[in-house]
Amino acid sequence: MKTLLTGNEAIARGAYEYGVTVAAAYPGTPSTEILENVGQYSEIKAQWSPNEKVAMEVAVGSSIAGARTLVAMKHVGVNVAADPLFTFAYAGVNGGLVLVSADDPGMHSSQNEQDNRNYAKFAKIPMLEPSDSQEAKDYVGLGLSISEQFDVPVLLRVTTRISHSKTLVELRDPMPRTAKAYVKDIKKYVMMPAFARQKRMQLEERYAHLKAYSETAPVNRIEWGNRRVGVITSGIAYQYVKEALPSASILKLGFTWPLPNQLIKEFAAAVEKLYVIEENEPYLEDHIKTMGLAVVGKEIFPSVGELSVRIIERALDGPLQTVGKRAANVPVRPPVLCPGCPHRPVFYLLKQLQLFVTGDIGCYTLGALPPLDAMDTCICMGASLPMALGFEKAHPELAEKTVAVIGDSTFVHSGITGLIDIVYNGGTSTVLILDNSTTAMTGHQEHPGTGKTLRREPTAALDIEALCKAVGVKRTFVIDPFDMEGLKTLIKREVATREPSVIITKRPCVLIVKQDEPLLSIDHEKCVGCKMCMRIGCPAISHANKKSTVNPALCVGCGVCAQVCKFNAFVREVR
Amino acid sequence: MPTQNILLVGVGGQGTILASKILAEVAVMQGLDVKMSEVHGMAQRGGSVVTHVRMGEQVHSPLVEEGEADFIVAFEKLEALRWAHYLREGGSIVVNDQRIDPMTVITGQAPYPPEILETLQADAEEVVVIDALQLAREVGSIKAVNVVLLGALAQKMQIEKSQWLEAIRRIVPAKALDLNLQAFEAGFQGAGIAAQADS
Ligand code: SF4
Ligand code: SF4
Repeated sequence: MKTLLTGNEAIARGAYEYGVTVAAAYPGTPSTEILENVGQYSEIKAQWSPNEKVAMEVAVGSSIAGARTLVAMKHVGVNVAADPLFTFAYAGVNGGLVLVSADDPGMHSSQNEQDNRNYAKFAKIPMLEPSDSQEAKDYVGLGLSISEQFDVPVLLRVTTRISHSKTLVELRDPMPRTAKAYVKDIKKYVMMPAFARQKRMQLEERYAHLKAYSETAPVNRIEWGNRRVGVITSGIAYQYVKEALPSASILKLGFTWPLPNQLIKEFAAAVEKLYVIEENEPYLEDHIKTMGLAVVGKEIFPSVGELSVRIIERALDGPLQTVGKRAANVPVRPPVLCPGCPHRPVFYLLKQLQLFVTGDIGCYTLGALPPLDAMDTCICMGASLPMALGFEKAHPELAEKTVAVIGDSTFVHSGITGLIDIVYNGGTSTVLILDNSTTAMTGHQEHPGTGKTLRREPTAALDIEALCKAVGVKRTFVIDPFDMEGLKTLIKREVATREPSVIITKRPCVLIVKQDEPLLSIDHEKCVGCKMCMRIGCPAISHANKKSTVNPALCVGCGVCAQVCKFNAFVREVR
Repeated sequence: MPTQNILLVGVGGQGTILASKILAEVAVMQGLDVKMSEVHGMAQRGGSVVTHVRMGEQVHSPLVEEGEADFIVAFEKLEALRWAHYLREGGSIVVNDQRIDPMTVITGQAPYPPEILETLQADAEEVVVIDALQLAREVGSIKAVNVVLLGALAQKMQIEKSQWLEAIRRIVPAKALDLNLQAFEAGFQGAGIAAQADS
């Protein structure tokens, strides 16, 4: 019997079935559930690393030591891990290594839409692109064997619709899990110039072998249909093509670097009109065009956002289905900080104090949206601290108006070096570390600061305050963000102080520690309709006919609203 | 049976993910090909969320397209309106009579559209309105809104009721099972009554 698995669950299952011993990741949507699910298989050593570069390096070590290894991250995580990746591509593996890159076309939960297929070509590593969960699992196995056969790390590139779609999967029994012996070989594993130059030559030989493999790889296959129309496609786009053009001939590419030129030529010659249908960048298309073949691609299919069956049909001027009209004037529903979120009062105060706020990546990025509206920048993980320093260097007179805001997990990921830079280069920034004791946005994973491992076993907990002191910050403070008066005084004082300071606002995410506070309601006699409470952006509070009201289905009783109301209109209900 | 397309739409945190798990389990039990797609991450923080479920002999795309949904289950009224054009002609929409203001409404950037149910009824062939929050409260937890709504969907779909109950047993943890079975029943009956009142 087949089981319904998400692509991420299937990749984890693949790691289990195909002998993976070590797996590492940093959480990031849409990749997070891969390692969460690997965690279910006690045979595999599974871990969250502080960031993707570290995860990649753990994986490189494990592979060189001889174990089959899986490392997973979201697309932008590969940027962080790119340094070890590119040179490990020179050294090559011992135990097979598969790097999963989960891209996010449409940017459902990401800051950019980069197409990581380009990394395969750039780093010269073979790439596999599954089209459903079954293939996601199978390709883990295939990737590991290719990795070992050709002595190279393999990129398994998935997208949100693969990672987060459930499709049926045939499960198999796991193969034996045995690590190979480690054999010292400095010409292979010590990439200093003399050895790297030799490896550089080997890269080209390997390329030739991989190219030959690609021509006959069973995952590159032609599904013949009507020969008037031929489509070259890969990944999730294949599924859309099957529905939009059910009778077309299809060249489905599962192994997409290096590409099989012969196979492509053969296919192109056999069809009258050739299309290439792929999500995001014209990765296949550019290659096919450089082969001199006439093919229609991005001139009609969008490169921005996700594809769908309809988008393909429309681009091809296919018969338009009757579609109901979209309702007009439907207000958008942007994500918001949860009722009771510990971050809310921090942003309320930052806005009130009219500070310039360099932000970072996590739930708290939502503090940028109205009504909180208290963030000026968000670029990438860890950027908030160095950016505050840069801002201060450009505008010294504004140093007293600038704070950096970063979460605990993000601080550990890549905020620490930024803090060192502030101290080293004479910055005076105030850094707010919003410590909610979890990696919240991705679904509440542990990290080095929480004192628990991926499997939630106890381990050493990183002392963030001690760390800040150790890098040279003399002024460090820990405060409960719900103490709004205290926090306000502290922020005011610290931004005015001409030396670096760190304020750790410490309170666990409301979704990990159940609140048992009595709810609040509003005494309409006392409410004067000033809308002060509307400024905290709590989804539990609404305002109509000059009175605010608390929705008891959403309120968790955090009491932040009561602290901003000047008329004592909020009252605790008895629970 | 032709492919059945279902959309579950709501507000992040309303429990659409558990509902879609149960629904997918029911589909697998029918021996059908099933695909289901949902988006995790940022939208789960109170944003607009949607789960696509498709079941049939052979399903390729995991996404339900505009004008193709046989059923839409809306956990919130505004979300029903947002996704209504996904309904095919003759499709049914089950809508929870609950209003959750999005931040754009709370901050006064936009009004919450009036008369959503009337708008839906004017456009769709069948609209089943159900007060799932109240029914969930009656069985003991407002968290059970999701399973109440599944009960209402089950009333409309051509799948044996026993299969739904079995799927709930398989998916829901033991300590919450009774509550969820009751919630399902409440939704199932509730939709039956709503449909009678309609005709
Ligand atoms: S998940 Fe936690 S940290 Fe994120 S918005 Fe909700 S309460 Fe805040
Ligand atoms: S209504 Fe007030 S007490 Fe309730 S969650 Fe919102 S801010 Fe907290």
